[in-house]
Amino acid sequence: MLNEGEVRIPSGCAISGIIDRTGCRFNGNDIIKSITLMHERSNGLGGGFAAYGIYPEYKNFYALHIFYDDFNIKTETDKLLFQYFDIAKDEAIPTQRLSTITNQPIIWRYFVVPKTSQLQDKRISDNDFIFNCVMKINKDYNGAYVFSSGKNMGAFKGVGYPEDIGKFYMLETYEAYMWTAHGRFPTNTPGWWGGAHPFTLLDWSVVHNGEISSYDTNRRFVEMSGYICNLQTDTEVITYLFDLLIRKHKLPINKAIQILVAPFWSEIEKLGNTIKNDLKCLRSVYSSALINGPFSIIVGCNNGMIALNDRIKLRPLIAATKGSKVYVSSEESAIRIICNNPEKIWAPKGGEPVIVLLEKEQI
Amino acid sequence: MKTINALNVSCYRHLNEEIDSTILTGTKQIVLNNVCGQRYIGRGLENNIKIQIYGTPGNDLAAYMDGAQLEVFGNGQDSVGNTMNTGRIIIHGNCGDTVGYAMRGGEIYVRDNVGYRCGIHMKEYKEQTPIIVIGGKAGDFLGEYMAGGAIIVLGLNLKDKNDKIVGQFCGTGIHGGVIYLNNSHLYDKSVFGKEVLQSNINKTDILFLKKYTNSYKKFFNINFNIKLELFGKYIAVGKNPYSNMYCNY
Repeated sequence: MLNEGEVRIPSGCAISGIIDRTGCRFNGNDIIKSITLMHERSNGLGGGFAAYGIYPEYKNFYALHIFYDDFNIKTETDKLLFQYFDIAKDEAIPTQRLSTITNQPIIWRYFVVPKTSQLQDKRISDNDFIFNCVMKINKDYNGAYVFSSGKNMGAFKGVGYPEDIGKFYMLETYEAYMWTAHGRFPTNTPGWWGGAHPFTLLDWSVVHNGEISSYDTNRRFVEMSGYICNLQTDTEVITYLFDLLIRKHKLPINKAIQILVAPFWSEIEKLGNTIKNDLKCLRSVYSSALINGPFSIIVGCNNGMIALNDRIKLRPLIAATKGSKVYVSSEESAIRIICNNPEKIWAPKGGEPVIVLLEKEQI
Repeated sequence: MKTINALNVSCYRHLNEEIDSTILTGTKQIVLNNVCGQRYIGRGLENNIKIQIYGTPGNDLAAYMDGAQLEVFGNGQDSVGNTMNTGRIIIHGNCGDTVGYAMRGGEIYVRDNVGYRCGIHMKEYKEQTPIIVIGGKAGDFLGEYMAGGAIIVLGLNLKDKNDKIVGQFCGTGIHGGVIYLNNSHLYDKSVFGKEVLQSNINKTDILFLKKYTNSYKKFFNINFNIKLELFGKYIAVGKNPYSNMYCNY
């Protein structure tokens, strides 16, 4: 089979997300119901979920979810993992056999912390150590792919319709305070297990409907900071941009948003002097981090959720609130199917983020 | 009159097939209950059929519709009236993006707001003139690449003086048709695309606006007074601006 980047298939997608601001956890049934409603937006070549708060018993460990093509590459990768990490537990991720899900790789998870000796040798933080390790495996270990590497969260994805992927991973058995989901209609590239959304790094996850025409500019920009875009898919680079701006450069979320979907120069000119200078600085310093092209995305992290559109809203996005829960989705009906009579339902403007932070940090 | 319950009809094809077979029995009026996301409702439907829809109909409601009347008690999603030919859609709520996408004729009434790109590339030919009436506000790119027909925005729900009836880039690429915006004469030029020309409102315009605002009042059973002579009228700067885009002879 030709892999990502080797063939081009033009096409749409579905995204959906639910968060309970109080950190109260609920199982995967609702998110599956929501993404299932938008069946027509996918074509069976990719589905996936991100779930936050699912591993409270291992909340101080990084949960590495890894796809392996075969046991040889697993053995090889295990050598690296056991050398670098103290591993509290490793196991096959529980799945159930379904006729609709075929050609699955070996799907394994490890709950790990970097060995103290390793950190001292390299003088880097835990997060950077994990970062380096993820990049190394995804680049050098052909046939092994780390698809989730955060604490107390996990991605579950594969080739199939999202409703089948949800059943396959038995997401009704997990409880999370935030769920995001994606139904894929591959744009530009074929469906393969690693190419399904969400794309993750540490506790960041991104589900995305659209395509990033600034991909190469963005890729070159993050590569300067050690990110390696192995998957040749546009969504990957969005995940790395969030990690770079917010975790590494320590920018507040609203500043990062002003960089990623910077207002047009014509809009900036209309503003007052202080804010004008501020925005001009951001656009100048971070011009290569501007994301162009049609997109709606839902970004997850341990603090909460960010839903965002491109500046001229070339992809759909609807948001709603009810009680402590906030819902975002590609279609209003996908929210109404799981939320009767929302208190507020609205269509965010292009470039106007919906930011929902947890009332207290979960880790 | 027949009632169809759309609850748990997860595949839009099944719902639309049921509507088709109901019409084949000679039924002219249908009520759809519990609609949630099913696409293409009313696609290609012809004259004399009336459908009342309760819930949230899916994308491309009334695509290619040809004479029927749909009334939605709820919000519409994206691309309501996609390429519709004739007929009427009444939405008791908001609508998503690209309402009246490439619409060729007929009428769409939206009680509240519409999203981005309402009326994108709507067109007219001889007696076929599509009309969109919006009671609230419109998002960016209203009437983008518009080639014919009319869009009327009433702005009945504006909060204050700074609240705008229309988003940015209104009429970008317009080359035919007309956009009427209530009380917009003070708007900055930057709100509009560079292909847009503000024109003077005349008696014919006032009669036209009167006709369609009266219909709006009737369909939604709302009464209000607005000064029709204060509407801003926007048309294309030139005729056929793209004639030389692909060939120069």
